[in-house]
Amino acid sequence: MLIFEHSRKNRRNYSQAPAARPARNNIPDNLKRRSIPLLPEVSEMDTVRHYTRLSQKNFSIDTEFYPLGSCTMKYNPRACNALAMLPQFLSRHPLAPEDTGQGFLACMYELQEILKDVTGMAAVSLTSMAGAQGELIGITMIRAYHEARGDTGRTEVIIPDAAHGTNPATAVMSGYKVIEIPTNRDGDVDMDALKAAVGPRTAGLMLTNPSTLGVFEKKVAEMSRIVHEAGGLLYYDGANLNAVLGKVKPGDMGFDVIHMNLHKTFSTPHGGGGPGAAPVGVADCLLPYLPIPIVAHEQGVYRWLTEKDRPQSIGRLSAHMGNAGVLLRAYIYVRLLGAEGMFRIAEYATLNANYLMAELRKLGFEIAYPDRRASHEFIVTMKEIKDRTGVTAMHLAKRLLDKGFHAPTVYFPLLVPECLLIEPAETESKETLDRFVVAMKEILDEIDTQPEMVKAAPHNMPLRKIDDVKAARELDLVWNPAG
Amino acid sequence: MPFIPHTEEDVAEMLASIGAASIDELFDEIPTELKNGQLTQVPVGMSEMEISRLMYERAQQDGFYLSFIGAGAYEHHIPAAVWQITTRGEFYSSYTPYQAEASQGTLQLLYEYQTMMASLTGMDVSNASLYDGASALAEAALMAVRQHKSSRRILIPQTVHPVYRRVVRTIVRNQAIEVVEVPYDPATGQVTIDQLDQFAQEEFAALIIPQPNFFGVLEQVDMLADWAHDKQSLAIAVVNPTALAMLKPPGEWGRQGADIAVGEGQPLGIPLSSGGPYFGFMACKQELVRQMPGRIIGRTTDLEGKEGFALTLQAREQHIRRSKATSNICTNQGLMVTAATIYMSLLGPEGLYRVAAQSHANTLALVERLEKLPGVKKAFHSPFFHEAVLQLSVPADQVLDKLRAQGVLGGVLLENYYPDLKNMLLICATETKTAEDLDKYTEVLQQALTA
Ligand SMILES: Cc1ncc(COP(=O)(O)O)c(C=O)c1O
Repeated sequence: MLIFEHSRKNRRNYSQAPAARPARNNIPDNLKRRSIPLLPEVSEMDTVRHYTRLSQKNFSIDTEFYPLGSCTMKYNPRACNALAMLPQFLSRHPLAPEDTGQGFLACMYELQEILKDVTGMAAVSLTSMAGAQGELIGITMIRAYHEARGDTGRTEVIIPDAAHGTNPATAVMSGYKVIEIPTNRDGDVDMDALKAAVGPRTAGLMLTNPSTLGVFEKKVAEMSRIVHEAGGLLYYDGANLNAVLGKVKPGDMGFDVIHMNLHKTFSTPHGGGGPGAAPVGVADCLLPYLPIPIVAHEQGVYRWLTEKDRPQSIGRLSAHMGNAGVLLRAYIYVRLLGAEGMFRIAEYATLNANYLMAELRKLGFEIAYPDRRASHEFIVTMKEIKDRTGVTAMHLAKRLLDKGFHAPTVYFPLLVPECLLIEPAETESKETLDRFVVAMKEILDEIDTQPEMVKAAPHNMPLRKIDDVKAARELDLVWNPAG
Repeated sequence: MPFIPHTEEDVAEMLASIGAASIDELFDEIPTELKNGQLTQVPVGMSEMEISRLMYERAQQDGFYLSFIGAGAYEHHIPAAVWQITTRGEFYSSYTPYQAEASQGTLQLLYEYQTMMASLTGMDVSNASLYDGASALAEAALMAVRQHKSSRRILIPQTVHPVYRRVVRTIVRNQAIEVVEVPYDPATGQVTIDQLDQFAQEEFAALIIPQPNFFGVLEQVDMLADWAHDKQSLAIAVVNPTALAMLKPPGEWGRQGADIAVGEGQPLGIPLSSGGPYFGFMACKQELVRQMPGRIIGRTTDLEGKEGFALTLQAREQHIRRSKATSNICTNQGLMVTAATIYMSLLGPEGLYRVAAQSHANTLALVERLEKLPGVKKAFHSPFFHEAVLQLSVPADQVLDKLRAQGVLGGVLLENYYPDLKNMLLICATETKTAEDLDKYTEVLQQALTA
């Protein structure tokens, strides 16, 4: 039942809005609203009950194991939320003078310094509100760099086929042509293809390392050399930073610009789709172009840098300073971890992934890159199972829901057929992983004995399989009271 | 310390299963010369008690102020239920609803949100959010260029939020889209047809129309939308959602209504929080829906015909279309939309109207009081919503400093954005301000002007 269906005309919630309509109203008649907007008229209790019940229809980290590859669904510590929501932080206006926000700005400055250290980059801007925006910033800076050198013939960005969809989408949104290069059988970028692709038109390369295939790109140093020799720059998609935190720094791998998804590696919540935060780090060559605002610390005072301080900056990407509250949560998280905690993250994320990979392999699941170590994630391919039984990766995903586990990422990366990209994250215990292995074993047996039942999953969820073909064909995007 | 549950025994068993001697061995594919175990700027870890103390101290250092600042972010009362429900783990710690059957809560909420936003803006459809108002405006400009096909130029009045204009430039410049600014009438603080007519002979993909504009002033939106449509340009509205409870919605502007409506969703239950996270909303006409960026939720059924919800029109999105997507956006501002939906449900149409009307009335009352002070006058002679520009006869930056010393944040210095507008303050009094608050502002301003 929709919230609108609980609505009754003139039912009102008295305490939350002003007690009456004020007498004064100077809005000219021709600019006044005549229609009543379709907002529900419900009581506070109706609202609380309705949305509490809706929440209970979600899987979440707080309620289920959520091994969604490439998304790093780790536990979101409660302290990070509670302390970021202290009333002084919440009530601070973004345009309040800097001297009324020194406590907040100190957190932001320290976060910048910590992120610089973790990534080995020369400087960091906190403004980006998600990974994709970080990518846009990075590629825009690469453009600014080439333009400043009068090097205007660079029109292409090279992207491996394993890359996340945001990479090619970003390159095009930034006005570049995408040159896709293939992956070899081991899951590494095909070096010959890379060598053939680079040239005077190369603006840069976008790379995720460890890649979304769940393996570490071993020849990253050579790739960096090839691209740099051709005059291009290297972009690091930091979505998988959790796998190497404290082990390898993107700056040492030769990257010129990176983003890190704080909503992955630094455990800020995903919120059912966002918000995120994806600070961007740069090497010296891109420093002048970094987007503002950036926090500076001068003579014991924190202040925002502006266009005056950074005349070559590519500009601004948000109305204020990006997702400040998310940054605050990430700051609290890194202070809780400390350096020694940070080292352990990559270690245990990697341990969990390799353990789960070993256990699933023992059950007979086919591992896409069987000769490789898993990074913090790995891929199972259902190709053989599908050819034999007709049961697909999506069918298995839905059946996992029945068993109380969120599904892994399915059908990404696109180059592995019928793939399940599985990322257990370091916060999960061995018992949970073992329960997941048992569920996968049960499904494997069900595929043999009752494949049709598996194909018809889910069976135990509030709804059976959703018809998304119908959703696209008979578009129903807003509720209409007339029916 | 990290949130890792493993016992030593667990680790031993797991390594045995893998066939590795140590955790270190699991990193053996990383070339040794790349390994770097040095972190010099990361302090030692704190306990929850220690970090709590630190954060309490920092919060206290920042304190509370009586604020009359608006300029794109507005202080409104947020009902207690909004964030209590929003921070439930099932909303807070779930991912983008790719697995529809395990995400019906978020999906239904987003469908309800789309319905509310479409109605509030008077448009046909809404997406499920973009990053913020400024980036939503940039996306609207890109969308208009895709739709228009023949022109790659956008007209944007200087009465649009100055930072929004900057963000639009940063984002659209990459695609060689030209942004042309339209001056405003210095007497009214509005865009006029005379100002626009200097561009009458040129082709533009869209005209951006703010309502209210950055000065708080109400624009002649019907006229502006018609002007755009007369020359085959799209009309893009950038609006304040609270104001829409009182003001004619973009879908009803002029003869045809605006084509795209965007704005900052923050006023709908989102704390100021130093600037974010907020959310950008975007609604449009049905015929533009396939050009829209971002997630869109559709109502459908399950196998057995029961009502259900799913992400739809995904062929617009990066995870399906990659380089041919309408935008690169992936993660959006979902949790903020959760809060906004609960906020709008709690307030209902009448509650939201009262919030808007009280904010409008408070600002009217404040301006009237301040105008009586010698050396203060209204900068523009036009109707306004809940913000207004005051012209002071003395240096306004010094006045603001004096107000702050009294615990009052007296507004925004317009000169920071419009170098020609000297000694002008942009002020805002939402429904959160009482008569005593307005008196207090009047009193401290009077002192500041005479001292
Ligand atoms: C590898 C990779 N790159 C980029 C992104 C995009 O990040 P965001 O969703 O924060 O925009 C993601 C996240 O989904 C990802 O997994």
